[in-house]
Amino acid sequence: MQSFDVMNGNRAAAIGASLAKPDVIAAYPITPQTPVVEYLTQFVADGVLESAMSEVESELTAMSMVTGASLAGARTFTATSSQGLALMYEPYFRASTLRLPIVMAIVNREMISPQTVWGGPQDSISVRDSGWLQIYVEDNQEIMDMMIQAYKIAENEGVLLPINICYDGFYLSHMTEKVFIPEQEKVDAFLGRYQPNHIILDPSRPMAVDPLTNGELLMNYRYLHLEAQQNALQVIEETDKEFESLFGRSYGGLIESYRMEDAEYAIITMGSMTGAAKEAVDFARQNGKSIGLVKLRVLRPFPKSKIIEALSKVKAFGVVDRNVSFGWNTGVIYQEIKSALYESGQFMPSIPFIGGLGGEDLTLDMMIEAIETICHASESKETIWLTRE
Amino acid sequence: MKFKTKYIAPVGGDGIHTINTGDWRIKKPVLSQEKCVKCGYCLLHCPVNAISKKDGQFTISYSYCKGCGICAHGCPPDAIEMVPEVEK
Amino acid sequence: MNEIKEIRLHGRGGLGTVKAAESLVYAAVMDGIYANSIPFFGFERQGAPVTAYLRISQDPIRPKNRVYKPHAVVVMDPTLMKAVDVFEGIRENGIFVINTALDPKQLNIDPKVKTIVTVDANSIAMEILNNAITNTVMLGALIKGTGWVSLDRVMDKAGELWGEKNRQAVMRGFQDAKVTNL
Repeated sequence: MQSFDVMNGNRAAAIGASLAKPDVIAAYPITPQTPVVEYLTQFVADGVLESAMSEVESELTAMSMVTGASLAGARTFTATSSQGLALMYEPYFRASTLRLPIVMAIVNREMISPQTVWGGPQDSISVRDSGWLQIYVEDNQEIMDMMIQAYKIAENEGVLLPINICYDGFYLSHMTEKVFIPEQEKVDAFLGRYQPNHIILDPSRPMAVDPLTNGELLMNYRYLHLEAQQNALQVIEETDKEFESLFGRSYGGLIESYRMEDAEYAIITMGSMTGAAKEAVDFARQNGKSIGLVKLRVLRPFPKSKIIEALSKVKAFGVVDRNVSFGWNTGVIYQEIKSALYESGQFMPSIPFIGGLGGEDLTLDMMIEAIETICHASESKETIWLTRE
Repeated sequence: MKFKTKYIAPVGGDGIHTINTGDWRIKKPVLSQEKCVKCGYCLLHCPVNAISKKDGQFTISYSYCKGCGICAHGCPPDAIEMVPEVEK
Repeated sequence: MNEIKEIRLHGRGGLGTVKAAESLVYAAVMDGIYANSIPFFGFERQGAPVTAYLRISQDPIRPKNRVYKPHAVVVMDPTLMKAVDVFEGIRENGIFVINTALDPKQLNIDPKVKTIVTVDANSIAMEILNNAITNTVMLGALIKGTGWVSLDRVMDKAGELWGEKNRQAVMRGFQDAKVTNL
């Protein structure tokens, strides 16, 4: 029997990470991620967790430290938000191109300016092309479960890439609800030990790590990195199934389809906004509208085939973006969905929505409004901003 | 979209989250002019510049006073008393 | 109780508003039903107005949003009445729980409110806890006014989080709260 407790998203992340028994944790506190660091420090102080916990002096150091630890063969964990992620950008990129399976929680917070501490995934979405895997979750149970799955995915021999589990600041990080806690023995069996062979700092196995490299060879590494990202598509799906067989919970793998079986229209969401959007779908269905929802769970690698398949029968769709793509006049997810569909030759009307930036709420009313617009779309439109009236 | 600002960059109080520190006050500092020795301790230490000196007298403005009590705590002659805010 | 019950709690930094909401979630979950709570922080510090949103339901709760149309509003500190519009969006036949020494007739209450629960939480907290941290007393008053979660669970959680005196404070809040139906 899995026990349960009542906890916020940050606590779920800390417990999830500690169940994977990381050897080294290095993190620097930043709102809204701070409690993750506090909980982990507490676990170590209480002797519940036997990790080497380092309170470093900046995010730059945090990422550098877990990079070094991972190179030495350790299982590692760190977490950050917003400006902290920006500060660690240089070692952030290196962690992925060194193919180190580091797990990092990103508690999504809007980027400045203006000065803000509230939610919005602009931080992690802006670094989506840094070679990391990125998964976005909807509730606290999913945070807990994906923290564990993250290690399984990242450390897979065909993947060997670092991974971000991203969850909305405040709407999840400080939201309290019931969460089941997987049993330690089962997690141990599910994950096994991390045993690197591809890159390691080990005197008994000398290798030159990260030497100056010409472009011809670098292109080889990039080719293999892209291939590993594609391998991750299948690994994420398989991990979801294996997790379900052990712990009884599945999230649908790369995407989650909700009431899509016979849907003529679709709304696409990501992260904590999905709950309100599902309510709005139910409401619209009661009013005779044939609408379904697709929750994008994995942004990197992008689940192209799954998106094509999910949207193959719809007459029109809309994408709610809690971020902006400067220069496109839309959000990021909208452009990515459209790119995926181009290959399939499907050119149905589509509508970009932007809302919920800087901690603004994406309310049930806004989702109902978005669905109303999608279900009446006969042609594509310019971005519609979801704002309070 | 309905615009709530006339600026293109985050400046000024227009459209920006302003913190009304006056709303935070549970107790307010009340200065007794009889006990006051005009040392200026309160003026120097007030974190929101709520205390000013005019015609040789110190006065407390309650617009932004957040009720932190630093002035009362440090006042050498104990001339400032923290009085609970009343309901309504 | 099939629909989601929505509650908004108004407090000040340091009064334990967010923890109060969390202990209600705990009580609901232990009762076998579902709940979630989301606090809204600004640059929080002692004394700054804090809002917490709470949902309670028989079924799992999907929305992770603030509460805009509360069934019940709890005001932890009477001076908030002039700092915040505590009645914003309150539903018809709403429940209003307030920490006050005044009689309900002396208060300026929104006409949508049907049930007013008053309790002099400051005095009770001073008496039992020797400080004006009113959250546990207000929890007792909220339970008396709504009955949406069980008193025992909340008392247990308050005792676990803050000790025996706060357990008693929940009980006293429940006993001393005066429920007036308009």
